[in-house]
Amino acid sequence: MSGPLTDAVRSDLRLWLAQRASAAVLAACVVVHLALIIYAVRGGLSAAAILGRTHGSLVWLGFYLVFIAAVAVHAPIGLRQIVREMTGWRGRSLDAVAAVFAALLVVLGVRAVWGLFA
Amino acid sequence: MSDAPALSVKVWRGREDGAFQEFAVPQRANQTVLDVVTWIQRHLDPTLSYRFACRVGMCGSCAMTVNGRPRWTCRTQVTVVAGDGGLSLAPLANLPVIKDLATDMTAFFEKWQRAGGRFRPTGTRADEFASVPPGTPERRAADAGIECIGCGVCHAACDIVRWNPDYLGPAALNRAWTLVNDVRDAGGEARLAAVAGDAGCHACHSTESCREHCPKHINPTAAIAGLKRATTVALLKGRL
Repeated sequence: MSGPLTDAVRSDLRLWLAQRASAAVLAACVVVHLALIIYAVRGGLSAAAILGRTHGSLVWLGFYLVFIAAVAVHAPIGLRQIVREMTGWRGRSLDAVAAVFAALLVVLGVRAVWGLFA
Repeated sequence: MSDAPALSVKVWRGREDGAFQEFAVPQRANQTVLDVVTWIQRHLDPTLSYRFACRVGMCGSCAMTVNGRPRWTCRTQVTVVAGDGGLSLAPLANLPVIKDLATDMTAFFEKWQRAGGRFRPTGTRADEFASVPPGTPERRAADAGIECIGCGVCHAACDIVRWNPDYLGPAALNRAWTLVNDVRDAGGEARLAAVAGDAGCHACHSTESCREHCPKHINPTAAIAGLKRATTVALLKGRL
């Protein structure tokens, strides 16, 4: 697509927008997640009881996969921006590290959620 | 003249590597900080450099750092800002110091140009006067920021400018937002492109130091948020 923006700035704008959009998803996910933690702790649920409820539950699997996707979009963009603001590090090497970090979040997150589901 | 004890005034002398010099200035009723600086120059040290013009809060020339905060000195009463330690006067932050209290504002106004701060007319002198009803949303948005006097207080107060000297800053972006909302203006996507990105509106963290310090009670943070919305809409519609 062509316009008055350079490709680099257009790409930055898309990342900025993706981070805002993922923040909106995270706002809802974190509220549900915190409510769930408080419910589980105050209700005195054991680890086995929790696993019993999440095992085979497509609803919780779907919810936490959305949560992971939002985190994997939101956090690496934010860290990349912090590094760009606080240090002189920019360019493809930084983008690559941010992408690896995003992949790491997806792998670790999916691994944990699959542990609850399977 | 009153019998009140003299006011202790520390004034920055020199350039970036200067030092504070202390003066004793007689206190008077309704004295402004600019009155104090002028008194020092006329009675104690004629070599003191500072900048002012209108003395009534219109021209935006006399802003300085007063007891650590950027302020317009012609409309700042000494009794309101002087603590037990008196006054401490320094040049505005985030700009090169020419000498004493005078900063070089070239970079500040170049940012207005870079942000597309120049009006681009759509009409010609052959056209009728444009009618811009005061109640329209665009006119209200432009009105909210149009009273800027270009004093540089928000630029001096902005953390993002301090971190990133290339950042266009609150005043230039506020100006751009008034023109984005000017229905007579033809700046369009070119201006939105000029204010987008890391040195533009997307660098703002909405810490609102500009709004807090603006002597005209303008809210540049709101203008910058408006630019973020406008650039996002233009991007999603494929116009950027």
